Amino acid sequence: MTQATLVMFAIFVAMALVITYWASGRSTSSRGFYTAHREISGVQNGWAIAGDYMSATSFLGITGLIAFYGFDGFMYAIGWLVAYLTVLFLLAEPLRNTGRYTVADVITFRLRGRGVRAIAALTTLIITMFYMVAQMVGAGTLINLLVQRINETLAIVIVGLLMMIYVLFGGMLATTWVQIIKAALLLGTTVGLSLLVLAHFNFSLFALRDAAMSANVDGHPVDLLHTGLFFSGPHGAFDVVSLGLALVLGTAGLPHVLMRFFTVPTARAARISVGWAMGLIAVFYLLITIMGLGAGTIVGQHDIGKHLRDTQALRYIIRHPEQATQLNAELLRNDGYIVPERNSNLAAPILADKLGGPLLTAFVAAVAFATILAVVAGLTIAAASAFAHDIWYSLVRSGAGTEQEHIFVARTAALVVGFGSIFLSVSLRSFNVAFLVGLAFAVAASTNAPALILSLTWRRFSRTGAICGMLAGLISSLALMAISPNVMGDHALFPLRNPGIVSIPLGFIAAILGTLIARDPESEAMFNQLQVRANTGLGAEI
Amino acid sequence: MQHHHLTASEWDALAKDPEFVALLRARRRFTVPSTIFFLLFYLALPVGIAVAPGFMNRPVLESLTVANLYGFAQFVVALLLLAAYMRKARSFDSRAQALIDRLTADLAAK
Repeated sequence: MTQATLVMFAIFVAMALVITYWASGRSTSSRGFYTAHREISGVQNGWAIAGDYMSATSFLGITGLIAFYGFDGFMYAIGWLVAYLTVLFLLAEPLRNTGRYTVADVITFRLRGRGVRAIAALTTLIITMFYMVAQMVGAGTLINLLVQRINETLAIVIVGLLMMIYVLFGGMLATTWVQIIKAALLLGTTVGLSLLVLAHFNFSLFALRDAAMSANVDGHPVDLLHTGLFFSGPHGAFDVVSLGLALVLGTAGLPHVLMRFFTVPTARAARISVGWAMGLIAVFYLLITIMGLGAGTIVGQHDIGKHLRDTQALRYIIRHPEQATQLNAELLRNDGYIVPERNSNLAAPILADKLGGPLLTAFVAAVAFATILAVVAGLTIAAASAFAHDIWYSLVRSGAGTEQEHIFVARTAALVVGFGSIFLSVSLRSFNVAFLVGLAFAVAASTNAPALILSLTWRRFSRTGAICGMLAGLISSLALMAISPNVMGDHALFPLRNPGIVSIPLGFIAAILGTLIARDPESEAMFNQLQVRANTGLGAEI
Repeated sequence: MQHHHLTASEWDALAKDPEFVALLRARRRFTVPSTIFFLLFYLALPVGIAVAPGFMNRPVLESLTVANLYGFAQFVVALLLLAAYMRKARSFDSRAQALIDRLTADLAAK
């Protein structure tokens, strides 16, 4: 299996490199590098957005959460799909009509101030870094589990270096096409796997439902259709609401998704891309649900984790003599392997192994790897543009400097972001992946989302309001995360796993209070222009 | 479509143009109620699970619970709202284009 996996990894990497080579000639200007010359069509962009969204967290994470916790895992899928309505109704078209390269460009369209841009760039960097580290740590775990010769640190370094090559030479164009191809591959894989699951139940959804209602968890039947398996305990109720808020508003603040609306030629194309993305994502999540229930019932929780065989199994048993009797029994029962530690992230590859054998597992693992690479490349462009366009070009150089300098700084920034994220991921590799993504969504929903929505809809919204709102949202979400059970365990000062229920309202309230303190006539005067541009496309960047 | 050179007072005049005001109002008449509706419809699910888990876990149809059916309904409602907006937005496009055409003609006449 190891060799097959490596060969398939290599095929995907080679395909992406060919695309990068093709795109490299077209990414020599800053407009080409950040926006692919705004020549991506609505349909293409829709596939690319879906690709951004069908990340490793979705494919591996949600499958695992549904396999282990049933309906509570499905809650993530619902929130992430519905979130696109916020983007569709409030952001996609105005963003295309008023934006240039970054989220900060849109916020500072009428809130013209260095402070606003600096903070908007900072939130973009923080959100993308957390998101990126989550993906890379996930990649490390995945590769290490499938190809044991490559340890987690090495795996993170490989992903980081490959992603840097794509972005440095291929820019947004290569990133977009890697994303599109990956989305098609991933969707095809989920279709195939869910068909195999359904075939196992003789294509009867009722049989799948019956199995899900009495999934075998350590000898006890568990009803996966019931709520409360994941969000349990005294604060489970608040946790589920908090997560719901963060998911539904977080997408409206994710820089790497919002940036995709700058790559299409018109507002109409931006709208069409959301339409395609929502359709694809809806299908994907329904299939993921079938896969997750399949993994929970056909495979079972006790089998989802790293499989240790032969010498590895014996070594583990020797190191854990207190569990020896139980592990030896497991070794006999399982026909030669043990699963000492469960890992829900492996539900998809292990389901593939059970239903299709080692070759299918290798394929699924390689698709998951390609997914992580593509998403990380998109994140790198978002972070690099905040560095190069917002901080360097707009703040340090105040808009001066040649095109050559701009593109050079953008590439250097991508390099810095790449090495920075490799370093961060290696040092944070023991953190839970879902925690890091949850943090990224909570920060996005508490900072960028209020600033963008209020700036586009509220005439009086001022620079003071934007700065207060983004700072309050940023500080509260980070601080609450730091004292949450994710970091402090059982003795946490803040009882919820996701800070959204507190930090999102705080972000909005601080933005409103900051605005009410003092009027900002300059920003108010620009509102008419913003409104006309946002709603007609008059004078949009081309 | 290059109108970067419009002056502040020209933008202000456009913002008060009756056709633009009507376009903005038509757009808001759709997006504002839809946004409020889907946010409430969505948040009712986690809040329902939090407040009334017994009710949400009651089997109603073919052993599927209230929460199960409500969860799937989210997919249906999201896609229906998407389809409704895509239909509606076509008329926004043509109204915006008419506005731009008129402005271009005015500028050319000057």
